Amino acid sequence: MKLILFVLSLCVLSCNNSETHTAKSAPTNAKVNTVMTSANNYKLDVYDYNGLAPLINKKDDQVHVVNFWATWCAPCVKELPYFEVINTQYKNEGVEVLLVSLDFPKDYETKLKSFILKHNITSKVVALDDTDQNRWITAIDQSWSGALPATIIYKGDKRNFYEQSFTQKELETELKQFLK
Amino acid sequence: MKIFKLCLVVVFAIALTAFAVKTDAKGYTVGDIATDFSLQNIDGKKVSLADYKEARGFIVIFTCNTCPYSVAYEDRIVALDKKYASKGYPVIAIMPNDTDLKPGDNIDAMRARAKAKGFTFPYLLDEGQDIYPQYGATKTPHVYVLQKTKKGNEVKYIGAIDDNYKDADAVNERYTEAAVNSLLKGEEIKNPQTRAIGCSIKVKS
Repeated sequence: MKLILFVLSLCVLSCNNSETHTAKSAPTNAKVNTVMTSANNYKLDVYDYNGLAPLINKKDDQVHVVNFWATWCAPCVKELPYFEVINTQYKNEGVEVLLVSLDFPKDYETKLKSFILKHNITSKVVALDDTDQNRWITAIDQSWSGALPATIIYKGDKRNFYEQSFTQKELETELKQFLK
Repeated sequence: MKIFKLCLVVVFAIALTAFAVKTDAKGYTVGDIATDFSLQNIDGKKVSLADYKEARGFIVIFTCNTCPYSVAYEDRIVALDKKYASKGYPVIAIMPNDTDLKPGDNIDAMRARAKAKGFTFPYLLDEGQDIYPQYGATKTPHVYVLQKTKKGNEVKYIGAIDDNYKDADAVNERYTEAAVNSLLKGEEIKNPQTRAIGCSIKVKS
């Protein structure tokens, strides 16, 4: 997949297109749209739930911090820097942050990407675009009512879900449970 | 011995009350009896469920001005009221956010929004944020369909309006409509609880 994206980005660059939309269908039901803009060259991967599921259920040795957010969600935006701190300060301790945006697709270009660039977000950002929320909200966690922000911290089979906002300290306290 | 029995009863009653309070904190599940309220409407008058003598139930929706999900559903909430108020299930909208944190949700903004969108139903301010925790609402929009019974207003449905926040024309399942239709026909509700993404209710920390 990475190779395909790499080849695609080469193609985009060499063709010097102002904008390219690429849709690829993976063998499963998963959908990946890659939206690229040469102006900022920021690549945003857009998934449906089947596409996202492997990214939030990794079976490696890393501690994964997954935050569900949106640019329109004030408490999400407020706590985003705390996740950024985790991403940089704990990288060497095997921590990986994934920010899953629930922005509306119409806002990807105008709001989401400009937000990411303006705030220099270094954590990996993907977008989840799947209208069947009644299915995937419970699939992500039985207890999730659907309010944003929400966060998962997991490592292997140990998994905690939080339907709440964090302070930096609270987030680090929760994370440290997984670093022991 | 009598005193001992009395003590037992008292202890048992306290235990029950403690348990009830604990359940309330988590909000209602389907089958619970919902509390009535007296909340200020955008026209300045107080509104209670008890005011609706003719109603057979209610579509209570916690919603606000400032949440994009709520905004996406405004027209559909108006449509629900137009369709079901005459059948005995009016919409009662309640704005649960702290208005200091969200000035865009204060009573003046609520009045302006209701006027602009042609709200046909009361749009109430949960002043003091006392009501939404009892229902257990966590986000906007968050729907509770209630049915009038001898016991009170029984919670029959909790959750989403439908299964497509993006596009009203691409909806497959109208969960709230289906729930009210089932109540009108006296049938079981197929999906009494559904989930949808929404904006967390804003509370001062």
